[in-house]
Amino acid sequence: MPEQLVIDVNALNKSYGGKRAVRDFSLQVKRGEIYGFLGPNGSGKTTSIRLICGLLKPDSGSGSVMGFDVVRESAAIKREVGYMTQRFSLWEDLTIRENLDFVARMYGMSDRMAKVSGALEKLGLASRQHQLAGALSGGWKQRLSLAACMLHQPRLLLLDEPTAGVDPKARRNFWDEIHRLAGIGITILVTTHYMDEAERCTRLGYIAYGRLLATGTMQEVIDHQALVTWTVRGPELAALAEKLRMLDGVSQVTAFGNTLHVTGPDAAKLAGALHALDLGERYQVAEAATALEDVFIHLMSQAKDNFQ
Amino acid sequence: MNWLALSFTRLVGVMIKEFIQMKRDRMTFGMIVGIPVIQLIMFGFAINADPKYLPIAVLSADNSVYSRSLISAMENTGYFTVVKVAESEAEANRLLETGEVQFVVTIPIDFARKLVRGERPSLLIEADATDPSATGNAIAALQALPRLAFQRDLTGPMQGLAAHPDPIDLRVHRRYNPEGLSRYNIVPGLIGTILTMTMVMMTAFAITRERERGTMENLLATPVRPIEVMIGKIAPYIIVGYIQVVVILLAAKLLFAVPMVGSLTLLSTVLLLFIAANLALGFTFSTIAKNQLQAMQMSFFFLLPSILLSGFMFPFRGMPGWAQAIGELLPVTHFLRVIRGILLKGNGFVEIWPHLWPIAIFIFVVAAVALMRYRETLD
Repeated sequence: MPEQLVIDVNALNKSYGGKRAVRDFSLQVKRGEIYGFLGPNGSGKTTSIRLICGLLKPDSGSGSVMGFDVVRESAAIKREVGYMTQRFSLWEDLTIRENLDFVARMYGMSDRMAKVSGALEKLGLASRQHQLAGALSGGWKQRLSLAACMLHQPRLLLLDEPTAGVDPKARRNFWDEIHRLAGIGITILVTTHYMDEAERCTRLGYIAYGRLLATGTMQEVIDHQALVTWTVRGPELAALAEKLRMLDGVSQVTAFGNTLHVTGPDAAKLAGALHALDLGERYQVAEAATALEDVFIHLMSQAKDNFQ
Repeated sequence: MNWLALSFTRLVGVMIKEFIQMKRDRMTFGMIVGIPVIQLIMFGFAINADPKYLPIAVLSADNSVYSRSLISAMENTGYFTVVKVAESEAEANRLLETGEVQFVVTIPIDFARKLVRGERPSLLIEADATDPSATGNAIAALQALPRLAFQRDLTGPMQGLAAHPDPIDLRVHRRYNPEGLSRYNIVPGLIGTILTMTMVMMTAFAITRERERGTMENLLATPVRPIEVMIGKIAPYIIVGYIQVVVILLAAKLLFAVPMVGSLTLLSTVLLLFIAANLALGFTFSTIAKNQLQAMQMSFFFLLPSILLSGFMFPFRGMPGWAQAIGELLPVTHFLRVIRGILLKGNGFVEIWPHLWPIAIFIFVVAAVALMRYRETLD
């Protein structure tokens, strides 16, 4: 096993009451990577993260995280990993400082006071340290959560939808911080629904219905699906979209502002279909690069729902 | 990996967090102070019952037909059962002190001779009157005893004696609570029930609250060990329990003038065991219940027998066998005997020991269940 791999898990399975939340999940993440984890709601992203950080025991499978066995050494993994939960999970009836102080005690950190004060200073929350955490806005809660899970200086961060419900500016700041951390050698596994965030990851994985369907860099993921996309500009796009969806060779039609992305797996078929429609002067039709979002929508519609 | 290896920092960390959260939760804080006061007023005076077949010990120096008639007449009232024949006064005393018997009947040496001569021999009946409702009716039944006891024996020439309104001199000593005040019994008992109520309920929320608010995931993601969480969450409430005890004892002394014969140091030590038992149970509920509502329901499910079957509400000896069997399982049943023993009878460690080890076993079993139920993972 190359030492570079911070996460190296193979064929993990986890079921809840007969439902397989995660099936044959394998993942390799190298040191310093920002690994983006994407997939629809309920696809098994959170379960996978919990398996990695030792919060859940896999039914089967094996692997290591930070060099510790993922099944047997979950206590050691917990000490080395920072995990930020999807929902705000700090104590709302404790103040900002009390929360950080508690977390610091749980990790048995030495020089606690100084480290907590330092974290507050860096967060820019020093002046509000005696406010209850429950009174913070969404963006601040998220920053506090990140500070809390970074307090014990973990080498691996697991972030579960860290930017859900956070405004664009705060999101950008958050991602700048993520890149800074990756720069100093911290490995980051992050789940997201946002394409712009996915594009800022060094590698991506797409999970649906408990299966990892695609993995690689953004370009690899896009290329691997071998989709062809045309754009159509013009008036009355909603009606046109309906018409386009009926065509043979078109797998999906998505509106982006006043442009339609028409995507299909077969270049010739798609071109033929669009040509046959003969949209005339009012529409501008052009071949375009397939975007990550097109790929994900394609993957989502392809994945068979094994829960039904 | 040794699960007993504690980190003091983490333990203190959990304790401090619990204290702060307790302070911020006005409702809980109100409960800590409010419940003792309300219960004290509600139950302080109101409870009574009529237990039968109370155990008695006979210390007889007179083996005549008359003393046998007397004892069988006592048993015929339905209030008494002879369970022991005491050999000495010391033994009789011990039986009464440990609560093994409710009454000791002492028949003096020349009982028969004096009775026949019409000299009105004295008959001493000592009652453990710590719970006056347990002894009240029995003592009342004794009043009719002298006339009825000897109707069959005093015939022929002695018929005149039977007609005498009072052939013997019946002396009843109400030990430990001479005035037969029920509040002497109820008020110490309240310490047991109030502690059961508040301690079990508060810790029952300890884990369910974390789970419902989603903070459990965060707690589990840290290296904190189950035993640290358990002790850290229980310990603050031990202090709360002692505060409640001080409030009730002060009220007992100042409002109800309850005597405190025994050692308060001994009482404080025993309290720790009893409080720990309740907290451990609450914590166990908390690991089993899926949400706070369930935790509440489980607490009440435990609370009802603790109040009704422990000997707090009704005299323990007045209950049917099955109810006594359930009662024996509850820590509060044993604690009531201990605290009444210490406060009213002046019991020492030797006398209360038979009621201590059942509480210790209870703690051990319940804590084992809790540690088995508490998971370090989210499954």
